[in-house]
Amino acid sequence: MITAAEVSWRYGANPVIDRVSVTARPGRVLGLIGPNGSGKTTLLRLLYGALRSPSGTVSVDDAPLSSLSAREAALRMAVVVQETGGFDAPLTVAEMVLLGRGPHLSTFQRTGQADHEIAARCLARVGATHLGPRAFAGLSGGERQRVLIARALAQQATHLLLDEPTNHLDIRYQHEVLRLVRGLETCSVVVLHDLNLAARYCDDLVLLGSGGVAAAGTVDEVLDPAVLEPVYGIGIKRLDLDGHLHLLFQPFEESV
Amino acid sequence: MIREHDVLGVGAQRRRTTFRLLGLTAALLATGVIAVGTGAIAIGPATVARILAHQLFGLGDVTWEPPQEAIVWQVRLPRVLLGVLVGAGLAVCGVALQAMVRNVLADPYLLGINSGASSGAAAAILFGAGAGFGQYALSTSAFLGALAASLLVFLIARSGGRITSIRLLLSGVAVGYALYATTSFLIFASGSAEGARSVMFWLLGSLGLARWDALLTVAALVIGGTILYLTVVGRRLDALAVGDETAHTLGINPDRFRVRLLVIVSLCVGVLVSASGSIGFVGLVVPHLARRLVGASHVRVVPVAALLGAILLVWADVIARVLLAPQEIPIGIITALLGAPFLLVLIRRLHATGA
Repeated sequence: MITAAEVSWRYGANPVIDRVSVTARPGRVLGLIGPNGSGKTTLLRLLYGALRSPSGTVSVDDAPLSSLSAREAALRMAVVVQETGGFDAPLTVAEMVLLGRGPHLSTFQRTGQADHEIAARCLARVGATHLGPRAFAGLSGGERQRVLIARALAQQATHLLLDEPTNHLDIRYQHEVLRLVRGLETCSVVVLHDLNLAARYCDDLVLLGSGGVAAAGTVDEVLDPAVLEPVYGIGIKRLDLDGHLHLLFQPFEESV
Repeated sequence: MIREHDVLGVGAQRRRTTFRLLGLTAALLATGVIAVGTGAIAIGPATVARILAHQLFGLGDVTWEPPQEAIVWQVRLPRVLLGVLVGAGLAVCGVALQAMVRNVLADPYLLGINSGASSGAAAAILFGAGAGFGQYALSTSAFLGALAASLLVFLIARSGGRITSIRLLLSGVAVGYALYATTSFLIFASGSAEGARSVMFWLLGSLGLARWDALLTVAALVIGGTILYLTVVGRRLDALAVGDETAHTLGINPDRFRVRLLVIVSLCVGVLVSASGSIGFVGLVVPHLARRLVGASHVRVVPVAALLGAILLVWADVIARVLLAPQEIPIGIITALLGAPFLLVLIRRLHATGA
């Protein structure tokens, strides 16, 4: 369980996140949704401690994040985030995934047979076994995303945080990756743009508006056109088809 | 023992690396023996090997002239050893800095440490600074200069609260230029043509200061320690090279790690620049060669780069001594002449891949 209470962050004078509280419950998938610039990624970074909120607290399984060493935090939380502007000396995909075993190893220990098997299994789970010997830098965006997810899985943490994991993925892999996340027993937090993916694969949602939480609750409660329309500024129709919730969008001026 | 299934090819990779390390070690030993034998008075490799075996382990009978032994043991061996240390040190510091600032063009002199050392050396040569340190006046003064430069870079880079790659890069360049100007001013102010020539020679690097003394011991300890440390933290260097965020999520505090690396690399570069002047290109080029040979993982790159750097520098010194004998060419000229074409190839390759 990850609990953030009253956390804030500002870029310059602009408060992006202002005294926001969220809770990610064990065994459930929490989706962070909201329009561009609403602070979804900032909130996620506050949750895994890349940003330290000047106010409030973040705790992971009731231990304050600030009291955990970087390594202890990494054993509890695995994070999938794409970094640009990296190094031109590429690690292979296998090496990249094995980095996820780092928090489990002491400084002088090298990866052993068990670590290699875990890494191989995680690569297989994202359908990337064939990429193992290739250079990570030479992969397509979608392949990279899957490899980073494999690395996070190899970390075997109890919490998984993902920043737009469906970015760069084609429609099939968008669903496969999120189904995989949903199938895990971890407590997961996912930043998502696509509300229909959020509808299908999340349990709970936090909708961020300007500066704070516009709505929080179960998928059914948050994905209500009356809640969403003022935040996104677009006309929304909700359909329930075969037990799944679908949203259709129409700009206001056309719907008049 | 049951042979374990090598799922990710890690075992095969490790065996390959072991073979390469053994091969490079053998090449380094051969290089050492040949380099010790080469010079105004040539001494055959067999004789060199026998003298070394006799001196080190008390093996074999004396079948050579005493002057040969003096040349091998007193003159050339310390020089070759210093070459090994400086080459290895420059190479691994280059590896660490390239990972730290995530830039393939980073080299050990990026942080302006060599400019600081140069200013210190110029002060010693031209104005007798550090005369109280006797035979170590030059290297002590250079080391103090290096230390001052790295402190300055550190403080400027840190002024924003945390040290980021780009801030480190920029403050290194700025301090480097400022100290370069200081050195030039010292040369200008002294008005001594002879002194200017000595400073120039020092700036271009030389292993001529090598003898069995405290400096060689200090260099061996510091450079050996640096290589060991960087190998041990190889996995963390991998993560840091990917990015700060990645390092953080893999359980590494990127800011603290960078500071620790900065301290160790600064100390190492300070010591080796004090001992040999600024020898360019080795720290820039060798990391790339090492990665070509064994991939990008730092646990492998660091020791391979150390061996490659050592071999390259010793050969460069042989060329420097032999090419215009009895005149000695500053070794920095040789490394630059060998390194520049390599850099051009690197630029072409970077361009081709669009990186």
